[in-house]
Amino acid sequence: GRARPSHSEPRSRDGRGGEEEEMEGWQQLYPGHIPTSPLQKALLAAGSAVMALYDPYRHDMVAVLGETTGCLALPNLRDKMKNHPEGYRILQERPRIRLSTLDMARLQGLPDGSLGREYVRFLEDNKVSPDTRMPPKFVDDEELAYVIQRYREVHDLMHTLLGMPTNMLGEVVVKWFEAIQTGLPMCVLGAAFGPVRLSTRKLQVLATELVPWAIRSGLNASCVLNVYYEQRWEQPVESLREELGIFPPP
Amino acid sequence: VYQVFETVAKKYDVMNDSMTLGIHRVWKDILMHKMNPCPGTLLLDVAGGTGDIAFRFINYVRSVRQRQLQRKLKHHQNLSWQEIFESYQKDKFNSLGDSQVVVCDINREMLRVGKQKAQHLGYSEGLSWVLGNAEELPFDDDKFDVYTIAFGIRNVTRIDLALQEAYRVLKPGGRFLCLEFSHVSNPLLSRLYDLYSFQVIPVLGEVIAGDWRSYQYLVESIRQFPPQEELKAMIEDAGFFKVDYENLNFGIVAIHSGFKL
Repeated sequence: GRARPSHSEPRSRDGRGGEEEEMEGWQQLYPGHIPTSPLQKALLAAGSAVMALYDPYRHDMVAVLGETTGCLALPNLRDKMKNHPEGYRILQERPRIRLSTLDMARLQGLPDGSLGREYVRFLEDNKVSPDTRMPPKFVDDEELAYVIQRYREVHDLMHTLLGMPTNMLGEVVVKWFEAIQTGLPMCVLGAAFGPVRLSTRKLQVLATELVPWAIRSGLNASCVLNVYYEQRWEQPVESLREELGIFPPP
Repeated sequence: VYQVFETVAKKYDVMNDSMTLGIHRVWKDILMHKMNPCPGTLLLDVAGGTGDIAFRFINYVRSVRQRQLQRKLKHHQNLSWQEIFESYQKDKFNSLGDSQVVVCDINREMLRVGKQKAQHLGYSEGLSWVLGNAEELPFDDDKFDVYTIAFGIRNVTRIDLALQEAYRVLKPGGRFLCLEFSHVSNPLLSRLYDLYSFQVIPVLGEVIAGDWRSYQYLVESIRQFPPQEELKAMIEDAGFFKVDYENLNFGIVAIHSGFKL
Protein backbone atom coordinates (compact mmCIF):
# COMPACT_ATOMS: atom_id res chain seq x y z
CA GLY A 1 0.00 0.00 0.00
CA ARG A 2 1.08 3.52 -0.71
CA ALA A 3 1.62 5.96 2.10
CA ARG A 4 2.67 8.90 -0.06
CA PRO A 5 0.64 10.74 -2.69
CA SER A 6 1.71 9.53 -6.12
CA HIS A 7 3.93 11.95 -7.98
CA SER A 8 3.81 10.32 -11.37
CA GLU A 9 1.86 13.12 -13.05
CA PRO A 10 3.53 16.50 -12.58
CA ARG A 11 0.69 18.40 -14.22
CA SER A 12 -1.55 18.57 -11.23
CA ARG A 13 1.12 19.23 -8.65
CA ASP A 14 1.59 22.97 -9.30
CA GLY A 15 2.27 25.06 -6.23
CA ARG A 16 0.17 22.86 -4.04
CA GLY A 17 2.55 19.97 -4.46
CA GLY A 18 5.15 21.46 -2.15
CA GLU A 19 2.71 21.80 0.70
CA GLU A 20 1.50 18.25 0.40
CA GLU A 21 5.03 16.90 0.37
CA GLU A 22 5.84 18.64 3.61
CA MET A 23 2.85 17.09 5.27
CA GLU A 24 2.71 13.69 3.68
CA GLY A 25 6.20 13.10 2.39
CA TRP A 26 7.06 10.85 5.29
CA GLN A 27 8.20 7.33 4.74
CA GLN A 28 6.17 4.30 5.55
CA LEU A 29 7.94 3.01 8.62
CA TYR A 30 6.39 -0.43 8.81
CA PRO A 31 3.89 -2.42 6.77
CA GLY A 32 0.47 -0.93 7.29
CA HIS A 33 1.83 2.42 8.46
CA ILE A 34 -0.10 5.49 7.30
CA PRO A 35 1.82 8.70 8.07
CA THR A 36 -0.45 11.42 9.37
CA SER A 37 -0.13 15.10 10.13
CA PRO A 38 -0.89 16.42 13.63
CA LEU A 39 -4.17 17.83 12.37
CA GLN A 40 -5.17 14.48 10.93
CA LYS A 41 -4.29 12.76 14.19
CA ALA A 42 -6.42 15.22 16.12
CA LEU A 43 -9.35 14.71 13.75
CA LEU A 44 -8.90 10.95 13.88
CA ALA A 45 -8.79 10.96 17.67
CA ALA A 46 -12.00 12.96 17.88
CA GLY A 47 -13.77 11.05 15.13
CA SER A 48 -12.80 7.62 16.39
CA ALA A 49 -13.85 8.51 19.94
CA VAL A 50 -17.29 9.56 18.75
CA MET A 51 -17.68 6.58 16.45
CA ALA A 52 -16.52 4.11 19.11
CA LEU A 53 -19.18 5.40 21.48
CA TYR A 54 -21.84 5.51 18.78
CA ASP A 55 -21.16 2.00 17.48
CA PRO A 56 -19.48 -0.21 20.08
CA TYR A 57 -18.89 -2.90 17.47
CA ARG A 58 -16.34 -0.68 15.72
CA HIS A 59 -13.32 -2.16 17.42
CA ASP A 60 -11.17 -0.60 14.74
CA MET A 61 -12.17 2.82 16.08
CA VAL A 62 -11.02 1.91 19.58
CA ALA A 63 -7.72 0.84 18.06
CA VAL A 64 -7.37 4.08 16.11
CA LEU A 65 -8.17 6.10 19.22
CA GLY A 66 -5.44 4.28 21.10
CA GLU A 67 -2.89 4.97 18.40
CA THR A 68 -3.65 8.62 17.92
CA THR A 69 -3.71 9.47 21.61
CA GLY A 70 -0.86 7.29 22.78
CA CYS A 71 2.02 9.62 21.97
CA LEU A 72 2.93 10.15 25.62
CA ALA A 73 2.00 6.80 27.09
CA LEU A 74 3.66 4.64 24.46
CA PRO A 75 7.23 5.97 24.86
CA ASN A 76 6.70 5.63 28.61
CA LEU A 77 5.76 1.99 28.20
CA ARG A 78 8.63 1.38 25.86
CA ASP A 79 11.07 2.77 28.38
CA LYS A 80 9.60 0.65 31.13
CA MET A 81 10.20 -2.36 28.93
CA LYS A 82 13.71 -1.32 28.04
CA ASN A 83 14.68 -1.00 31.66
CA HIS A 84 13.45 -4.47 32.59
CA PRO A 85 15.41 -7.58 31.59
CA GLU A 86 12.39 -9.54 30.39
CA GLY A 87 10.81 -6.49 28.76
CA TYR A 88 14.07 -5.73 27.02
CA ARG A 89 14.17 -9.22 25.58
CA ILE A 90 10.61 -8.84 24.32
CA LEU A 91 11.56 -5.65 22.53
CA GLN A 92 14.51 -7.38 20.94
CA GLU A 93 12.83 -10.59 19.93
CA ARG A 94 9.41 -9.09 19.09
CA PRO A 95 7.28 -12.17 19.76
CA ARG A 96 3.78 -12.16 18.29
CA ILE A 97 0.76 -13.95 19.75
CA ARG A 98 -1.07 -15.44 16.84
CA LEU A 99 -2.82 -18.69 16.08
CA SER A 100 -0.02 -19.54 13.68
CA THR A 101 2.66 -19.06 16.34
CA LEU A 102 0.80 -20.72 19.20
CA ASP A 103 0.85 -24.46 19.61
CA MET A 104 -2.80 -24.81 20.66
CA ALA A 105 -2.66 -28.54 21.09
CA ARG A 106 0.27 -28.29 23.50
CA LEU A 107 -1.38 -25.52 25.48
CA GLN A 108 -4.58 -27.48 25.80
CA GLY A 109 -2.60 -30.42 27.10
CA LEU A 110 -1.12 -28.40 29.94
CA PRO A 111 -2.46 -28.96 33.45
CA ASP A 112 -5.51 -27.01 34.63
CA GLY A 113 -4.60 -23.78 36.32
CA SER A 114 -1.56 -23.23 34.17
CA LEU A 115 -1.37 -20.06 32.12
CA GLY A 116 -1.47 -21.88 28.81
CA ARG A 117 -4.44 -24.06 29.71
CA GLU A 118 -6.44 -21.20 31.17
CA TYR A 119 -5.65 -18.94 28.23
CA VAL A 120 -6.94 -21.50 25.75
CA ARG A 121 -9.99 -22.06 27.95
CA PHE A 122 -10.63 -18.31 27.94
CA LEU A 123 -10.36 -18.18 24.13
CA GLU A 124 -12.77 -21.08 23.74
CA ASP A 125 -15.30 -19.96 26.35
CA ASN A 126 -15.57 -16.48 24.92
CA LYS A 127 -15.15 -17.58 21.32
CA VAL A 128 -12.36 -15.15 20.58
CA SER A 129 -9.15 -15.46 18.66
CA PRO A 130 -5.85 -13.65 19.08
CA ASP A 131 -5.83 -12.96 15.36
CA THR A 132 -8.52 -10.33 15.46
CA ARG A 133 -6.27 -7.61 16.82
CA MET A 134 -5.86 -4.64 14.48
CA PRO A 135 -2.32 -3.94 13.29
CA PRO A 136 -1.25 -0.38 14.09
CA LYS A 137 -1.53 2.23 11.34
CA PHE A 138 -1.08 5.66 12.82
CA VAL A 139 1.85 5.25 15.18
CA ASP A 140 4.82 7.11 13.75
CA ASP A 141 7.55 5.04 15.32
CA GLU A 142 8.30 1.49 14.40
CA GLU A 143 9.24 0.36 17.89
CA LEU A 144 6.23 2.07 19.46
CA ALA A 145 4.06 0.37 16.86
CA TYR A 146 5.32 -2.94 18.20
CA VAL A 147 4.65 -1.85 21.77
CA ILE A 148 1.02 -1.11 21.00
CA GLN A 149 0.73 -4.31 19.02
CA ARG A 150 2.11 -6.22 22.00
CA TYR A 151 -0.35 -4.46 24.28
CA ARG A 152 -3.23 -5.55 22.03
CA GLU A 153 -2.09 -9.13 21.78
CA VAL A 154 -1.54 -9.40 25.51
CA HIS A 155 -5.06 -8.08 26.21
CA ASP A 156 -6.57 -11.56 26.16
CA LEU A 157 -3.95 -12.69 28.64
CA MET A 158 -5.04 -9.81 30.86
CA HIS A 159 -8.53 -11.26 30.78
CA THR A 160 -7.10 -14.60 31.79
CA LEU A 161 -5.00 -13.19 34.61
CA LEU A 162 -7.86 -11.11 35.92
CA GLY A 163 -10.41 -13.83 35.38
CA MET A 164 -12.75 -11.48 33.50
CA PRO A 165 -15.01 -12.53 30.61
CA THR A 166 -15.40 -10.57 27.38
CA ASN A 167 -18.80 -9.13 28.14
CA MET A 168 -19.16 -5.39 28.61
CA LEU A 169 -18.62 -5.62 32.35
CA GLY A 170 -15.51 -7.74 32.05
CA GLU A 171 -14.06 -5.47 29.38
CA VAL A 172 -14.58 -2.38 31.51
CA VAL A 173 -12.81 -3.99 34.45
CA VAL A 174 -9.87 -4.96 32.27
CA LYS A 175 -9.81 -1.43 30.89
CA TRP A 176 -9.53 0.02 34.38
CA PHE A 177 -6.61 -2.29 35.07
CA GLU A 178 -4.98 -1.42 31.77
CA ALA A 179 -5.56 2.29 32.28
CA ILE A 180 -3.58 2.20 35.52
CA GLN A 181 -0.91 -0.04 34.05
CA THR A 182 -0.34 1.64 30.71
CA GLY A 183 -1.63 5.17 31.07
CA LEU A 184 -3.02 4.98 27.55
CA PRO A 185 -5.71 7.64 27.16
CA MET A 186 -7.78 5.18 25.17
CA CYS A 187 -7.93 2.87 28.21
CA VAL A 188 -8.80 5.77 30.47
CA LEU A 189 -11.61 6.86 28.15
CA GLY A 190 -12.83 3.30 27.76
CA ALA A 191 -12.78 2.79 31.51
CA ALA A 192 -14.65 6.04 32.09
CA PHE A 193 -17.24 5.77 29.31
CA GLY A 194 -17.63 2.02 29.03
CA PRO A 195 -19.93 1.79 32.06
CA VAL A 196 -22.40 4.09 30.32
CA ARG A 197 -23.94 1.11 28.63
CA LEU A 198 -24.29 -1.05 31.73
CA SER A 199 -27.37 -1.72 33.81
CA THR A 200 -27.53 -0.20 37.32
CA ARG A 201 -27.14 -3.57 39.00
CA LYS A 202 -23.92 -4.22 37.12
CA LEU A 203 -22.76 -0.68 37.74
CA GLN A 204 -23.12 -1.31 41.45
CA VAL A 205 -21.01 -4.44 41.37
CA LEU A 206 -18.56 -2.58 39.20
CA ALA A 207 -18.22 0.39 41.48
CA THR A 208 -18.19 -1.40 44.81
CA GLU A 209 -16.10 -4.47 44.10
CA LEU A 210 -14.54 -4.79 40.71
CA VAL A 211 -13.11 -1.38 39.97
CA PRO A 212 -11.44 -0.89 43.37
CA TRP A 213 -9.90 -4.32 43.01
CA ALA A 214 -8.75 -3.55 39.47
CA ILE A 215 -7.21 -0.27 40.57
CA ARG A 216 -5.43 -1.81 43.55
CA SER A 217 -4.09 -4.59 41.40
CA GLY A 218 -3.07 -2.21 38.65
CA LEU A 219 -1.17 0.00 41.06
CA ASN A 220 0.42 -2.87 42.88
CA ALA A 221 1.43 -4.94 39.89
CA SER A 222 4.63 -4.53 37.98
CA CYS A 223 4.33 -3.70 34.28
CA VAL A 224 2.39 -6.49 32.57
CA LEU A 225 4.12 -5.87 29.30
CA ASN A 226 7.37 -6.96 30.89
CA VAL A 227 6.29 -10.57 31.05
CA TYR A 228 7.43 -12.95 28.36
CA TYR A 229 4.18 -14.89 28.35
CA GLU A 230 5.24 -17.23 25.61
CA GLN A 231 7.89 -18.66 27.89
CA ARG A 232 5.57 -19.07 30.83
CA TRP A 233 2.73 -21.20 29.55
CA GLU A 234 3.43 -23.86 32.14
CA GLN A 235 3.44 -21.46 35.03
CA PRO A 236 0.28 -21.66 37.16
CA VAL A 237 -1.91 -18.60 36.82
CA GLU A 238 -1.96 -18.02 40.55
CA SER A 239 1.79 -18.08 40.77
CA LEU A 240 2.04 -15.55 37.95
CA ARG A 241 -0.52 -13.34 39.65
CA GLU A 242 1.50 -13.40 42.84
CA GLU A 243 4.69 -12.68 40.98
CA LEU A 244 3.16 -9.71 39.23
CA GLY A 245 1.28 -8.43 42.22
CA ILE A 246 -2.27 -8.89 40.97
CA PHE A 247 -4.68 -9.54 43.83
CA PRO A 248 -7.00 -12.54 43.52
CA PRO A 249 -10.23 -11.66 41.69
CA PRO A 250 -13.37 -11.19 43.82
CA VAL B 1 -19.48 -11.73 1.02
CA TYR B 2 -22.65 -10.15 -0.32
CA GLN B 3 -23.26 -8.50 3.02
CA VAL B 4 -19.75 -7.05 3.08
CA PHE B 5 -20.23 -5.52 -0.35
CA GLU B 6 -23.65 -4.33 0.63
CA THR B 7 -22.18 -2.41 3.57
CA VAL B 8 -19.43 -0.94 1.41
CA ALA B 9 -21.84 0.12 -1.33
CA LYS B 10 -24.26 1.46 1.27
CA LYS B 11 -21.46 3.43 2.92
CA TYR B 12 -20.74 5.19 -0.37
CA ASP B 13 -23.89 7.23 -0.01
CA VAL B 14 -23.12 8.12 3.62
CA MET B 15 -19.56 9.00 2.68
CA ASN B 16 -20.76 11.23 -0.16
CA ASP B 17 -23.01 13.10 2.21
CA SER B 18 -20.35 13.58 4.84
CA MET B 19 -17.49 14.43 2.49
CA THR B 20 -19.43 17.03 0.58
CA LEU B 21 -21.60 18.05 3.53
CA GLY B 22 -24.63 17.10 1.49
CA ILE B 23 -23.73 19.49 -1.32
CA HIS B 24 -23.41 16.64 -3.81
CA ARG B 25 -27.21 16.55 -3.83
CA VAL B 26 -27.33 20.15 -4.99
CA TRP B 27 -24.77 19.44 -7.70
CA LYS B 28 -26.87 16.58 -9.00
CA ASP B 29 -30.00 18.72 -8.93
CA ILE B 30 -28.22 21.39 -10.97
CA LEU B 31 -27.20 18.75 -13.48
CA MET B 32 -30.82 17.71 -13.86
CA HIS B 33 -31.97 21.30 -14.35
CA LYS B 34 -29.33 21.82 -16.97
CA MET B 35 -30.52 18.70 -18.75
CA ASN B 36 -34.11 19.89 -18.55
CA PRO B 37 -35.50 16.66 -19.99
CA CYS B 38 -38.96 16.58 -21.48
CA PRO B 39 -41.19 13.52 -21.20
CA GLY B 40 -40.27 10.87 -23.74
CA THR B 41 -36.54 11.25 -23.19
CA LEU B 42 -34.41 8.14 -23.13
CA LEU B 43 -31.53 8.64 -20.71
CA LEU B 44 -28.42 6.52 -20.24
CA ASP B 45 -26.77 7.09 -16.87
CA VAL B 46 -23.33 5.52 -16.85
CA ALA B 47 -21.52 4.65 -13.63
CA GLY B 48 -24.81 5.52 -12.01
CA GLY B 49 -24.71 2.67 -9.52
CA THR B 50 -26.78 3.82 -6.59
CA GLY B 51 -29.26 5.63 -8.78
CA ASP B 52 -29.01 9.25 -7.66
CA ILE B 53 -29.22 10.70 -11.17
CA ALA B 54 -31.82 8.20 -12.34
CA PHE B 55 -34.21 9.01 -9.49
CA ARG B 56 -33.81 12.72 -10.05
CA PHE B 57 -34.54 12.23 -13.74
CA ILE B 58 -37.74 10.37 -12.98
CA ASN B 59 -38.86 13.00 -10.50
CA TYR B 60 -38.12 15.80 -12.95
CA VAL B 61 -39.87 14.17 -15.87
CA ARG B 62 -42.83 13.27 -13.72
CA SER B 63 -43.31 16.84 -12.59
CA VAL B 64 -42.95 18.16 -16.13
CA ARG B 65 -45.50 15.61 -17.25
CA GLN B 66 -47.85 16.65 -14.42
CA ARG B 67 -47.75 20.22 -15.61
CA GLN B 68 -48.32 19.11 -19.20
CA LEU B 69 -51.38 17.13 -18.20
CA GLN B 70 -52.73 19.92 -16.04
CA ARG B 71 -52.45 22.31 -18.95
CA LYS B 72 -54.22 19.77 -21.16
CA LEU B 73 -57.05 19.39 -18.68
CA LYS B 74 -57.47 23.15 -18.40
CA HIS B 75 -58.07 23.29 -22.12
CA HIS B 76 -60.74 20.66 -21.94
CA GLN B 77 -63.12 22.29 -19.49
CA ASN B 78 -66.18 21.04 -21.37
CA LEU B 79 -65.51 17.34 -20.84
CA SER B 80 -68.33 15.15 -19.60
CA TRP B 81 -67.98 13.51 -16.19
CA GLN B 82 -67.45 10.15 -17.86
CA GLU B 83 -64.55 11.44 -19.87
CA ILE B 84 -63.00 13.13 -16.87
CA PHE B 85 -63.29 9.92 -14.89
CA GLU B 86 -61.63 7.95 -17.65
CA SER B 87 -58.83 10.39 -17.97
CA TYR B 88 -57.99 9.92 -14.31
CA GLN B 89 -57.10 6.30 -14.99
CA LYS B 90 -53.44 6.05 -14.25
CA ASP B 91 -52.31 4.22 -17.35
CA LYS B 92 -54.03 6.61 -19.70
CA PHE B 93 -52.13 9.37 -18.03
CA ASN B 94 -48.80 7.75 -18.52
CA SER B 95 -47.19 9.65 -15.68
CA LEU B 96 -43.73 9.43 -17.15
CA GLY B 97 -44.72 10.13 -20.71
CA ASP B 98 -42.65 7.23 -22.03
CA SER B 99 -39.46 8.56 -20.54
CA GLN B 100 -36.95 5.93 -19.58
CA VAL B 101 -33.63 5.77 -17.85
CA VAL B 102 -31.09 2.98 -18.14
CA VAL B 103 -28.61 2.84 -15.28
CA CYS B 104 -25.36 1.24 -16.33
CA ASP B 105 -22.58 0.39 -13.92
CA ILE B 106 -19.54 -1.86 -13.97
CA ASN B 107 -20.08 -2.92 -10.36
CA ARG B 108 -22.79 -5.45 -9.61
CA GLU B 109 -23.08 -4.49 -5.97
CA MET B 110 -23.60 -0.83 -6.65
CA LEU B 111 -26.42 -1.79 -9.01
CA ARG B 112 -27.92 -3.99 -6.37
CA VAL B 113 -27.90 -1.20 -3.82
CA GLY B 114 -29.43 1.04 -6.47
CA LYS B 115 -32.23 -1.43 -7.16
CA GLN B 116 -32.92 -1.76 -3.46
CA LYS B 117 -33.05 2.00 -3.09
CA ALA B 118 -35.47 2.20 -5.99
CA GLN B 119 -37.75 -0.33 -4.38
CA HIS B 120 -37.47 1.38 -1.03
CA LEU B 121 -38.27 4.80 -2.46
CA GLY B 122 -41.07 3.52 -4.67
CA TYR B 123 -39.56 3.89 -8.13
CA SER B 124 -40.81 1.15 -10.40
CA GLU B 125 -41.50 2.19 -13.97
CA GLY B 126 -39.14 3.68 -16.49
CA LEU B 127 -36.03 2.25 -14.83
CA SER B 128 -33.67 -0.44 -15.97
CA TRP B 129 -30.39 -1.63 -14.55
CA VAL B 130 -27.61 -2.93 -16.78
CA LEU B 131 -24.17 -4.23 -15.90
CA GLY B 132 -21.65 -2.73 -18.27
CA ASN B 133 -18.29 -1.06 -18.87
CA ALA B 134 -18.17 2.60 -19.90
CA GLU B 135 -15.31 1.82 -22.28
CA GLU B 136 -17.41 -0.79 -24.06
CA LEU B 137 -21.12 -0.19 -23.65
CA PRO B 138 -23.54 -3.06 -24.28
CA PHE B 139 -25.86 -0.91 -26.39
CA ASP B 140 -26.48 -0.27 -30.06
CA ASP B 141 -25.48 2.89 -31.88
CA ASP B 142 -27.70 5.95 -31.92
CA LYS B 143 -29.97 4.83 -29.14
CA PHE B 144 -30.14 7.44 -26.40
CA ASP B 145 -31.28 11.04 -26.17
CA VAL B 146 -29.04 11.93 -23.24
CA TYR B 147 -25.92 10.35 -21.77
CA THR B 148 -24.82 11.27 -18.27
CA ILE B 149 -21.87 10.25 -16.18
CA ALA B 150 -21.78 11.70 -12.68
CA PHE B 151 -18.60 11.24 -10.65
CA GLY B 152 -17.80 8.18 -12.68
CA ILE B 153 -15.55 9.24 -15.54
CA ARG B 154 -12.72 9.84 -13.09
CA ASN B 155 -12.60 6.10 -12.43
CA VAL B 156 -12.43 5.10 -16.07
CA THR B 157 -9.00 3.97 -17.24
CA ARG B 158 -9.36 5.20 -20.82
CA ILE B 159 -11.44 8.34 -20.74
CA ASP B 160 -11.12 8.73 -24.49
CA LEU B 161 -12.72 5.34 -25.06
CA ALA B 162 -15.58 6.18 -22.72
CA LEU B 163 -16.15 9.43 -24.62
CA GLN B 164 -16.12 7.59 -27.93
CA GLU B 165 -18.65 5.11 -26.61
CA ALA B 166 -20.80 7.95 -25.37
CA TYR B 167 -20.74 9.45 -28.84
CA ARG B 168 -21.61 6.12 -30.42
CA VAL B 169 -24.69 5.32 -28.37
CA LEU B 170 -26.19 8.81 -28.54
CA LYS B 171 -28.73 9.66 -31.21
CA PRO B 172 -27.89 12.51 -33.55
CA GLY B 173 -29.00 15.57 -31.62
CA GLY B 174 -28.25 13.74 -28.39
CA ARG B 175 -26.56 15.41 -25.45
CA PHE B 176 -23.54 14.36 -23.42
CA LEU B 177 -23.36 15.55 -19.84
CA CYS B 178 -20.56 14.92 -17.41
CA LEU B 179 -20.52 15.94 -13.75
CA GLU B 180 -17.12 15.56 -12.18
CA PHE B 181 -14.63 16.97 -9.73
CA SER B 182 -12.42 19.48 -11.44
CA HIS B 183 -9.85 22.16 -10.77
CA VAL B 184 -10.10 25.20 -8.58
CA SER B 185 -8.17 28.09 -10.05
CA ASN B 186 -8.72 30.61 -7.24
CA PRO B 187 -5.50 30.26 -5.20
CA LEU B 188 -6.97 30.93 -1.75
CA LEU B 189 -9.89 28.60 -2.27
CA SER B 190 -7.62 26.02 -3.78
CA ARG B 191 -5.47 25.95 -0.66
CA LEU B 192 -8.48 25.60 1.59
CA TYR B 193 -9.88 22.90 -0.64
CA ASP B 194 -6.57 21.03 -0.60
CA LEU B 195 -6.39 21.32 3.16
CA TYR B 196 -9.88 19.92 3.51
CA SER B 197 -9.31 17.18 0.93
CA PHE B 198 -6.03 15.89 2.26
CA GLN B 199 -6.56 16.41 5.96
CA VAL B 200 -10.23 15.71 6.51
CA ILE B 201 -11.44 13.34 3.84
CA PRO B 202 -9.14 10.38 4.58
CA VAL B 203 -10.02 10.77 8.26
CA LEU B 204 -13.71 10.64 7.37
CA GLY B 205 -12.99 7.57 5.28
CA GLU B 206 -11.29 5.86 8.21
CA VAL B 207 -13.90 6.81 10.79
CA ILE B 208 -17.03 6.20 8.71
CA ALA B 209 -16.01 3.47 6.31
CA GLY B 210 -12.91 2.07 8.05
CA ASP B 211 -11.04 2.74 4.84
CA TRP B 212 -8.37 5.43 4.84
CA ARG B 213 -6.58 4.30 1.73
CA SER B 214 -9.49 4.41 -0.72
CA TYR B 215 -10.32 7.96 0.22
CA GLN B 216 -6.69 9.05 0.14
CA TYR B 217 -6.63 7.62 -3.35
CA LEU B 218 -9.88 9.38 -4.20
CA VAL B 219 -8.46 12.76 -3.22
CA GLU B 220 -5.26 12.16 -5.17
CA SER B 221 -7.13 10.96 -8.26
CA ILE B 222 -9.17 14.14 -8.25
CA ARG B 223 -5.92 16.14 -8.45
CA GLN B 224 -4.76 14.04 -11.37
CA PHE B 225 -7.94 14.30 -13.39
CA PRO B 226 -7.75 16.59 -16.46
CA PRO B 227 -8.79 20.17 -15.73
CA GLN B 228 -11.78 21.81 -17.36
CA GLU B 229 -10.22 22.95 -20.64
CA GLU B 230 -8.40 19.69 -21.17
CA LEU B 231 -11.52 17.63 -20.63
CA LYS B 232 -13.35 19.94 -23.01
CA ALA B 233 -10.73 19.23 -25.67
CA MET B 234 -11.05 15.50 -25.09
CA ILE B 235 -14.80 15.67 -25.50
CA GLU B 236 -14.37 17.61 -28.73
CA ASP B 237 -11.92 14.97 -29.93
CA ALA B 238 -14.61 12.35 -29.53
CA GLY B 239 -16.71 14.22 -32.05
CA PHE B 240 -19.00 16.31 -29.91
CA PHE B 241 -19.97 19.83 -30.85
CA LYS B 242 -20.83 22.93 -28.86
CA VAL B 243 -18.78 21.58 -25.97
CA ASP B 244 -18.97 23.76 -22.91
CA TYR B 245 -18.48 23.57 -19.17
CA GLU B 246 -19.97 25.21 -16.14
CA ASN B 247 -18.02 25.47 -12.89
CA LEU B 248 -19.86 24.78 -9.69
CA ASN B 249 -18.44 26.00 -6.39
CA PHE B 250 -15.49 27.73 -8.07
CA GLY B 251 -14.40 24.64 -9.93
CA ILE B 252 -14.56 22.05 -7.21
CA VAL B 253 -17.05 20.43 -9.55
CA ALA B 254 -17.73 21.07 -13.23
CA ILE B 255 -20.49 20.07 -15.63
CA HIS B 256 -19.27 19.47 -19.17
CA SER B 257 -21.81 19.32 -21.98
CA GLY B 258 -21.59 18.43 -25.65
CA PHE B 259 -23.88 17.53 -28.54
CA LYS B 260 -23.76 14.89 -31.20
CA LEU B 261 -24.88 16.46 -34.44
